[in-house]
Amino acid sequence: MSPDSPSSGGAITRDEVAHLARLARLAVTDDELGVFAGQLDVILGAVARVGEVAADDIPPTSHSVPLENVFRPDERRPSLTQEQALSGAPAAEGGRFRVPQILGEEQ
Amino acid sequence: MSAPTLVDFDDVVDRYDPMLGLEVHVELSTNTKMFCGCPTEFGAEPNTQVCPTCLGLPGSLPVVNRTAVESAIRIGLALNCDIAPWGRFARKNYFYPDMPKNFQTSQYDEPIAVNGHLDVTLEDGTVVRVEIERAHMEEDTGKSLHVGGATGRIHGAEYSLLDYNRAGVPLIEIVTKMIPDTGARAPEVARAYVTALRDLIRSLGVSDVRMDQGSMRCDVNLSLSPRGSGILGTRSETKNVNSLRSVERAVRYEMSRHAGVLDAGDKVVQETRHFQEDTASTRSGRIKETSEDYRYFPEPDLVPIAPSAEWVEELRGTLPELPWERRARIQREWGLSDAELRDLVNAEALDLVAATVDAGAPSGDARSWWVSYLSQQANTRGVVLDALPITPAQLARVIELVTSGELNNKLARQVVDGVLEGEGEPDEVVAKRGLAVVSDDGALIAAVDEALAAQPDVAEKIRGGKVAAAGAIVGAVMKATKGQADAKRVRELIIERCGA
Ligand SMILES: [Zn+2]
Repeated sequence: MSPDSPSSGGAITRDEVAHLARLARLAVTDDELGVFAGQLDVILGAVARVGEVAADDIPPTSHSVPLENVFRPDERRPSLTQEQALSGAPAAEGGRFRVPQILGEEQ
Repeated sequence: MSAPTLVDFDDVVDRYDPMLGLEVHVELSTNTKMFCGCPTEFGAEPNTQVCPTCLGLPGSLPVVNRTAVESAIRIGLALNCDIAPWGRFARKNYFYPDMPKNFQTSQYDEPIAVNGHLDVTLEDGTVVRVEIERAHMEEDTGKSLHVGGATGRIHGAEYSLLDYNRAGVPLIEIVTKMIPDTGARAPEVARAYVTALRDLIRSLGVSDVRMDQGSMRCDVNLSLSPRGSGILGTRSETKNVNSLRSVERAVRYEMSRHAGVLDAGDKVVQETRHFQEDTASTRSGRIKETSEDYRYFPEPDLVPIAPSAEWVEELRGTLPELPWERRARIQREWGLSDAELRDLVNAEALDLVAATVDAGAPSGDARSWWVSYLSQQANTRGVVLDALPITPAQLARVIELVTSGELNNKLARQVVDGVLEGEGEPDEVVAKRGLAVVSDDGALIAAVDEALAAQPDVAEKIRGGKVAAAGAIVGAVMKATKGQADAKRVRELIIERCGA
């Protein structure tokens, strides 16, 4: 783990909150950094209590339903029309979703 | 930013060892997307192949495409991988509008196939084993169009337009382990690997693997370490490498660039770079986010995939003849030397020759047409061999016309030229251009007599038994008939007329 990533032990730092906020593209004020750090600490603390209960013979799980191999056949289903697809978009142009200038990054 | 200092390639390999890694994305040619029933066809009107699931609308639920999983397993098996008996999808979170969900559904630490290898043959026949680290399933992103700004690129764009038809199309990402000890051959190894992988996946029929259409895409990871030091360098990851030639050029360029940075005593920045087709160089993209920044976590909307041993073995049974098996068979059947087979493979002519043979032509004739005359034509036109506008069946017909004596080789080339020019089927070209050989003995005899009369000294030699002298008369007759005579028949007639 890198030094500025959230760690399982110890308190969440303001730097870690700032880093997460940047990843989520959230504008967080200086005051809020402290507030959120405290709140996130409480949440992580609550989750960490699960670890106190879980015994070694209980494997970690990521799903509440014990199912595997749920597949669908490779068969087409109707798609939306272009009008339907764009109906909830704040802006569209030429049949495409229009989004603000993307800064600094290119995939 | 100033232009990077590039070190001469030979100098680079004298002093540095390249470490090469390749990540190849293959778009599967399933009927529908990875997690929904939207079609996957290339080139539809924007946002007409989308639904609530692939648009990431609230309340939608993804369900895995069974055929896509089978394709992934078959690719893994063909690459000699172990198939994971249990694995989950994960969310790769990132903030970029090419995925409407703000995450990509991918596999992270539980890929479906691991630890394989692919043996790659270089142009001179050297075989390099490339170890495969993993092959995993994920979904493709949408396509962005950047509007405003001079270059159509993101920099300077005023806004972007998104088409999500491609978002959710099944992708398999195949990642090699670091390929060590390639030295000066690193660019060639990279190209040969991508070529071999393309041929393998094409043989499986799971993707059309067209680099020019983006259904196969390559990222090149490269670092240098000082020769013999064993110290791993910082790597760059070059994206947008969209042709086999570009794979080779991207490796070569990055090697020269890295050496320039290291020679100056600077550190190579770990970053994504973009290959520039026009200048064969790379341009800095973004500083790479660490995997922690993607905040991967198991996808809660999908259940694990647990391929049973029976299912895997059933899929193994569906593997077709793989490219190296096919090559061995063809070499045997056509009686080719190693070098002859290699020439065919290197000229990208194997499939075309095989199809021409399937259409009825003898393999020797088919081979010679594709490797020599048609390869030259492709070169002149600046296209790959299989983009030439002539089909194996058309070529097989031309060869048939030669075999039956209706065309000689010179005329046959003119017929092929006509087909390439879009003048129609071989028989139509023959008719339109009036290219059939003069098979009317009467007309030929007249031409032979005329030529003999014009060169009485030669005629005398032939009559005296010097049959070899007939060549001069054959030449004269061919000239007189504008090449449309069967040279063999002309020779027979000369000897007949001279009573030799
Ligand atoms: Zn969909």
